[in-house]
Amino acid sequence: MATFVQAVRMALHVGEERLGVTDIFGEDIGAPLGGVFTQTQGLRTAWNSPLDERGIVGSAIGLALAGQKPVAEIQFCDYAFNTIDLLKLAGAMCWSSNGDWNCPMVLMTPVGAGIHGSIYHSHSFDAQATRLPGWKIVMPSTPRDAYGLLLSAIMDPNPVMFLAPKALLRQKAQSPEEDVPGVPSDDRELSKMIDAPLGDRSKWRPRWPNTPDLFVPLGEARVVREGCDATVVTYGRHVHVCAKACAELEAEKIDVELIDLRTLHPYDWTAIVKSVKKTGRVLFVNEDTEITNFGEHLVRRTVDELFYELHAPPKVIAGKHLPGVGLADNLEKASVPQQDEIRDALRNLARHEP
Amino acid sequence: MAQVVSVPRRVSDEALSPELLVQMYDLMVKARVLEERLIRMQKQGDGYFWIGGPGEEAFSVPLGLLVHKGQGPEFDYLHLHYRGGGTMLALGADPVDALRQMKNTATDPYSGGRNFASHYSVRKWNVVPVSSPIEVQYAMAPGTAMAQKRAGGKGITIVTGGDAGTAEGEFASCLIWSSRKGHELPVLIVVTNNQYGISTPYDGQHGEKRVSDRGAAFGIRSLTIDGNDPETSYRAIRSAMDYVRTERKPFFLEAMVSRLYGHSSSSGANFVSEEADCIAQFEAKLEDRKILTRARMSELRTKYTEELLEASKRVREEPQPEPEDVWKHVFAEENMVGKAARKDGAS
Ligand SMILES: Cc1ncc(C[n+]2csc(CCOP(=O)(O)OP(=O)(O)O)c2C)c(N)n1
Ligand SMILES: [Mg+2]
Repeated sequence: MATFVQAVRMALHVGEERLGVTDIFGEDIGAPLGGVFTQTQGLRTAWNSPLDERGIVGSAIGLALAGQKPVAEIQFCDYAFNTIDLLKLAGAMCWSSNGDWNCPMVLMTPVGAGIHGSIYHSHSFDAQATRLPGWKIVMPSTPRDAYGLLLSAIMDPNPVMFLAPKALLRQKAQSPEEDVPGVPSDDRELSKMIDAPLGDRSKWRPRWPNTPDLFVPLGEARVVREGCDATVVTYGRHVHVCAKACAELEAEKIDVELIDLRTLHPYDWTAIVKSVKKTGRVLFVNEDTEITNFGEHLVRRTVDELFYELHAPPKVIAGKHLPGVGLADNLEKASVPQQDEIRDALRNLARHEP
Repeated sequence: MAQVVSVPRRVSDEALSPELLVQMYDLMVKARVLEERLIRMQKQGDGYFWIGGPGEEAFSVPLGLLVHKGQGPEFDYLHLHYRGGGTMLALGADPVDALRQMKNTATDPYSGGRNFASHYSVRKWNVVPVSSPIEVQYAMAPGTAMAQKRAGGKGITIVTGGDAGTAEGEFASCLIWSSRKGHELPVLIVVTNNQYGISTPYDGQHGEKRVSDRGAAFGIRSLTIDGNDPETSYRAIRSAMDYVRTERKPFFLEAMVSRLYGHSSSSGANFVSEEADCIAQFEAKLEDRKILTRARMSELRTKYTEELLEASKRVREEPQPEPEDVWKHVFAEENMVGKAARKDGAS
């Protein structure tokens, strides 16, 4: 089974060999390191940029406008905040020119807590990203979706942001359905093929497995598990946290439907409507700070459009409105949504009497 | 007040043909008259805001004349700021389209009524959408230049902006990204220095004597010229472009210019008589050298003034965008830039 980060690398390889990707660039992306998370090892078009996030985003826009297909990276989303006006510019390119120009670039960045990354390696970006009209935003939770969404992002004529949950990067597919098709069944074999060796890498060349053009459509959610007592809608690493909470509740005979949104914008409202009409109870979970949070938008729309379908007040569990995520385990746990809190909220939702 | 800087020896002082001087003069007058019409329109309520380039014509017109105009990396990319009207007219833009943008009509070809005056965008000429945030164009310029270096042709990237904006990080980004050892980029970095950022004088904000001094640290050839003289500008831009086109390396050209109607309509947009007027100076020269008579020159100005006055009345009758138009083009349906630029057929 492939890890998330191996899936990213294989998708980028397919991108540069078959889908016209011309540049994969960012800080420490090129040889010999191939990215601080190994995400770009062995890629032909990967190169190191100056340590300048604004330059990275600006150059990606320029490359895109000149007909190239850039995939740029911000090493941690914590360092993308000084690029927001340039991100707005990319998102505005088509609209502000009344359809004259488009800006087909992909921006990847690792996001979120869960790895004891302290204050400046734990930020989330989904609340900011969903405030960038003109962008498509994806956040996969499995290696297969990472692979398939990245291929779709590369083919899209618009700027697409690929948010990679840091805590999942080294996580393997949990089942064949979560795996990248075409990879060897033996993990060590896959590692030998595409993971750069420690030490001298100057002679190393990857052997890429034959993986297919698998396009996971942008804007399509995935029902991770079906249920009829309540719905939980989430994305990224909290898909796994919520899945565990759902499994706990199963023992209590509470049957929760879990939706992995996968694309944050344009998001799959149809999937949410269908599930809420079935369960009448919904919880939105994400780990970005809770004030002016994307989950709040989803609740607002739920109330606006589905009020008479609801049997309980819709709810958001998000990160606490704090300047950062503290390093100590207790601090991190007190800052971002935990399994217990999600489980209890879902239980309350399912049992709520109108 | 724009100081006059002597023309360094590196730029040839070979005479330009009388035909070229007349062509430049014609375009400079047309550009000035256009700006004056736009200012009038705004003052009469036919537009919400004016910003533009009166006072920069002696630089912006030659720049436009020297551009290799076309679509895709084989041709020049233009990352202009909001004072590029003269460049656009020299490229062949219809001045009436600028009036349409001022009146924010649905027929405005640059933004469909969405953006301010002088915020041009023409994909078929590689004119990247002008946007209001100061200096962002300098961060994008290395990207188009990388594509051009790769394409192997003669296309270059031209980026323009003002003096105060060079304090922004993107200006440093541009110097750094275009001069990386072994990865030098074909960018003509232009700063038109009018010695103000809105109300703040250059002195007091900058330690460097000239903005172009910053090029030296990056090994970028740099030059400051009198941008109020169209002959100096033409020769300097041509030699800078020749260098960028053939060496595939950056060049930094700072042009000292005037700001003849203040910063924008927000500061009143009234004529500033204390600053050098490049057109008045050029007229004296053309008369002196017997290239054009006073009568011919005022005829030309009258002709453009009347034409644009009439055009502005017609534009007034053109439709405004509809409310539901706000939803158009949030997303692109196809890869337009990819199609034009890539010959290998990949989209
Ligand atoms: C990032 C940013 N900050 C502030 C402004 C407001 N603003 C518009 S023009 C301007 C001054 C620019 O001066 P300069 O770069 O010298 O260009 P000039 O207008 O003099 O040609 C300012 C501060 C802006 N548009 N963008
Ligand atoms: Mg200025």
